[in-house]
Amino acid sequence: MLQTQELQVNIGPQHPSTHGVFRMLVTVDGETVVDLKPVFGYLHRNHEQLAEANTYLQNMPYTDRLDYFNSMANNHAYAMAVERLAGIEVPERAEYIRVLMVELTRILNHASAVGFMINDMGAWQTPLAFGMREREKILDLFEMASGARLMCNYFRFGGVARDLPPEFIPNLRELLRALPAYIDELERLLRDNEILLQRAVGIGILPPEVALSYGVSGPVLRGSGIPYDVRKAEPYSVYDRFDFDIPVGKVGDVYDRFLVRIEEMRQSKRIIEQVLEQLPDAKGGHINPKARQNVRPPVGDAYARIESPKGELGFYLVSDGSAKPYRYKVRAPSFINLTPLADMCRGYKVADIVVILGSIDIVMGEVDR
Amino acid sequence: MPELTPAELRARLAEVMPMALLEPEPLAITPPPSHGPQPGLFQPSDPLVKPDHLVAAALFMRDTLGYAYLSDIAVVDYLYAGCFELVYRFYHPAGGSSLVLRVRVPRDHPVLPSLTPHWPAANFHEREAFDLFGIEFTGHPHLRRIYMWDEFEGFPMRKDFPRQGDKYLGGDEG
Repeated sequence: MLQTQELQVNIGPQHPSTHGVFRMLVTVDGETVVDLKPVFGYLHRNHEQLAEANTYLQNMPYTDRLDYFNSMANNHAYAMAVERLAGIEVPERAEYIRVLMVELTRILNHASAVGFMINDMGAWQTPLAFGMREREKILDLFEMASGARLMCNYFRFGGVARDLPPEFIPNLRELLRALPAYIDELERLLRDNEILLQRAVGIGILPPEVALSYGVSGPVLRGSGIPYDVRKAEPYSVYDRFDFDIPVGKVGDVYDRFLVRIEEMRQSKRIIEQVLEQLPDAKGGHINPKARQNVRPPVGDAYARIESPKGELGFYLVSDGSAKPYRYKVRAPSFINLTPLADMCRGYKVADIVVILGSIDIVMGEVDR
Repeated sequence: MPELTPAELRARLAEVMPMALLEPEPLAITPPPSHGPQPGLFQPSDPLVKPDHLVAAALFMRDTLGYAYLSDIAVVDYLYAGCFELVYRFYHPAGGSSLVLRVRVPRDHPVLPSLTPHWPAANFHEREAFDLFGIEFTGHPHLRRIYMWDEFEGFPMRKDFPRQGDKYLGGDEG
């Protein structure tokens, strides 16, 4: 019997596979992970206190910087929370534009998440370029609509900042035509590669009851086989008018989370096609003309949540009747999805940690806030 | 889809654990004005639970009512009312809107039992509340600062935390 000794290893904060400045204090026995403690806060800027010193509208561009991959989704959740607090109505057309943007964001996020995950498995750079390829085209669409590629700041209370430009829809249709072949290609990258399958199947298993007790959400929860999606569980905006499925995994390993993301991209494409059918008949303009942007909501509180690409994104706001929020709280999906990381890594090899972390899909801007 | 309103939840809790519920008093959210009309008071409709009974009430939500998804714990500092309010938000995995339990702890002694040993979803939420608001959760297995560094003094999200000119910024910078 070989005598072994437990060893503590630091992974991060500056490490190419930690998706930002994230540190893991890993206790290893040989190559096997015995325990793991996540350490973060390197990007902490007290976002919530900054937001409490701003007016409601001034916070809209700040929400872009939470999860900088999905600025449209962050805008949506925040706009919904303020609209609930102040009782602002949103016209139908604006709702459709919002859904369109958030579903495009989901395709963008999942494509790059899959690319980064395969990157973490050691297939350095080339698959990531595949993941980023269509992302560029979606960012071009965002630029047409909002003027910015990443920090879109496109949503306003009661609608969106401006209507879709005339060249938007033709470009979107062209993208939709190319999308199915692209998604299939991305799926084949992992599904048909024996070496990558060895790194993904049966790794980082999160059983459904454990996933639920940890409060995780998004593709991580659905990868574990629980069909919980805010778009179906508590439909918001116009999501109750669309026909789409919630993909779920079987065992809850890295491979299942990958498959869920691939399938969600297909479902997002289905939703976008239905949006394009229904958009011409939608009533109203791109914004409610009566909605004041300089809101002073009555005393009270409101919570709004959406299915952001990474999970349940919620904003809890308390108003004291002034132009600034009294309390502004973000329920960040990346942050909560990290809670079961130690349980998911225990018993696997050191090299698997990086893959498991990649399969959770975190963004440190949102974890640290 | 199960749909329980806050009033129905109150009634269910009153049936099972009558000692746990408190009559919610409206909270003063702004300082009383020297003149002019009194601003509105904040009066939530959700059940207000005594801190000692919080764990029992949360487990009742999960095990009896089936609200097994603990989504969020938000802390609000009501400086002028002299208390912190914690907002626990639960969902049913089958869908539907949220149910909320509220707990109030005094600002000068913010201690309450931890939910983490019974429900690991509370872990990071409670550590965040400890780090930013200084709320102590007794029985938490690993109650350490989560964002700020360990040597940091004070709790930055409290309403009386100095916004400018504290020791970390170095002198008064405007």
